[in-house]
Amino acid sequence: MARYIVRRLLQAIPLLFIISILIFVLLQSSGDPLASMGGKRLTRPEDRARLTRIMGLDQPIYMQYIYWLFGNTWVQIDVDNDGTPDMYGQRKGIFRGDFGDSLVNRGQPALDIILERLPNTLLLMIPAEIIILFFSLVIGIYSSLRQYSLTDQIITAGSFIGYSMPIFFVALASMYIFAVNFRKWGLPYLPTVGMFDPKIGKTFSQVAMHMVLPIVSMSLVSISGYSRFVRSQMLEVISQDYIRTAYAKGLSERMVLMGHALKNAAIPFVTLVGIDIPFLLGGAVVTETIFGWPGMGRLFIDHLNRFDTPVVMGILMLISLAVVIFQLITDIVYSWLDPRIRYT
Amino acid sequence: MGTDLSLNEIPKLVEAEKPPLLLRQLVFMRFKRHKMAVAGVIILLIMIFYSIGGAFLLDEDESLYTDTSIRLNAPSSEHLFGTDVVGRDILARTIYGGQISLLIGLIAMIVEVIVGVLIGALAGYYGGILDSILMRFTEAMLNIPQIPLLLVLGKLLADKIAPVALFGREFSGSVIVIIVVIGLTSWMGLARIVRANFLSLREQEFVTAARCTGTRNWSIIFEHILPNTMAPIIVSATLAVANAIISEAYVSFLGVGVLPPTATWGNMLNGAYNYIESAPWLWIFPGLFIVLTVLSINFIGDGLRDALDPRALVQD
Repeated sequence: MARYIVRRLLQAIPLLFIISILIFVLLQSSGDPLASMGGKRLTRPEDRARLTRIMGLDQPIYMQYIYWLFGNTWVQIDVDNDGTPDMYGQRKGIFRGDFGDSLVNRGQPALDIILERLPNTLLLMIPAEIIILFFSLVIGIYSSLRQYSLTDQIITAGSFIGYSMPIFFVALASMYIFAVNFRKWGLPYLPTVGMFDPKIGKTFSQVAMHMVLPIVSMSLVSISGYSRFVRSQMLEVISQDYIRTAYAKGLSERMVLMGHALKNAAIPFVTLVGIDIPFLLGGAVVTETIFGWPGMGRLFIDHLNRFDTPVVMGILMLISLAVVIFQLITDIVYSWLDPRIRYT
Repeated sequence: MGTDLSLNEIPKLVEAEKPPLLLRQLVFMRFKRHKMAVAGVIILLIMIFYSIGGAFLLDEDESLYTDTSIRLNAPSSEHLFGTDVVGRDILARTIYGGQISLLIGLIAMIVEVIVGVLIGALAGYYGGILDSILMRFTEAMLNIPQIPLLLVLGKLLADKIAPVALFGREFSGSVIVIIVVIGLTSWMGLARIVRANFLSLREQEFVTAARCTGTRNWSIIFEHILPNTMAPIIVSATLAVANAIISEAYVSFLGVGVLPPTATWGNMLNGAYNYIESAPWLWIFPGLFIVLTVLSINFIGDGLRDALDPRALVQD
């Protein structure tokens, strides 16, 4: 087991390097960072040239990549181009937690800006993920036990429709029904935009109210997909011989389903969910934009629109890192759950 | 005389046994039995008919003509689906936007299939170092979340290409950018399936036989092995059309994809959430078209998966 974990860790390192090269080449080679910094003050060509040298933009792309990774504190920069070096580089590189300074919010480290928004995103993600897991298991198991019944067919049709819905359509429709029309009909209605009502302040009940619609729209699409998966896994397991054996030796239905069937059906489900969780962060871009939620996803689109490369690159890199880490955890949990798998 | 008699009997005996069904007849028969899939085909045909046939009733200028005096008008007899923020007719825009959305789905799928099959086939057939390199690259691409990546590429490239004329219409160049970008960020799943199939098929006798007779590698790959792995490719390709339409809608919805004035179902939704209360027709119509199209394509993909399943074919 320990050997397996070490081997998977070692495999993750080259993978992360390839990802970082892809992200860097895509982003760094395009756009003009100096223009993003608010070019009006930089109209003097000498200033532009000076900044280009300080930021290392005059270097070839592979040097810029090395600076981005390891920093350039050991490099002497000739700022005024007079032949004598004037200063050492200021960048510390992502290995020392420096993703560069934001170009839009001058002087603020990109990582600080991202981490400031991360809790808000997690506030949506974690409850959503719990709801998704709970309902997809319940619905999936329920419809697998009543295969081809009317309820099962309604659930199957409903989940197919839900699965085909783009998240923005669910979000817009739920806003229209629960916020706009409920208010029109005089029913208690939910707020649509933001994290809290500025008039009331950031109280617990305000934030909770504002969380309902984003979480519901995020969950609905995922529950549809997952419950279909749980259903088919359960159906496969229930037809196995050892389930018949379990019934034959007189175990209660509850024990057979929870102790024997679900445990085996859950193994592929764990893999699927583990790999999907970090991708929810990517989907958050859409949800957070619609609901005006001040999280990482909206930060991404806001700063992308202003070509703030360090922040955008930082978010992409952090999500990819989360994907790799979650894959690792999933693999380990998988081998722990299923003793048939022996990684040697 | 006895021989004459038996000769006359032969045609009858042959007739008695029905010729076996061809593979595609079997698949078609099984597909027809999948009711949802048949419904999907019908809905999809209606969508195609709507966006192509509608063009004969309404001129493209209708979808581009702005008139701010009638902005955000509710659906009426004059504008069946209402008008948008600058007074463009939404009915006309769903027709011409539908053409682009369907076109993006179709061509992005072709790009995806070409890249996915090529990479999967090369990695699976040659194995070794080439396989390792291609698969590490595939994994890396899989680990970068698609929507943010699409947004970045769309943002950086959308205004870099000049407008293009095609099928008698002028498109914003961003259509081409979005097609290529969606195709190039979604081939990884397909490449993995194709590679896995190539890995097992290349060990089979017919491949050894082909190699012994001196068949070239590209001919073995494309003429001998590829036809044997068509079923999963067809299913993936069908679902890829739906995914491409949704992906386009996501990026255009966030204002990064296809740039106006060219309409797509996705970019018609851009900014619609600001008018959720005052002008719901802004998002209901294009949103419904996206949902119906994607739903019908997913049904068709599901039906094809069942119909092409080799285990199921044996049972019939």
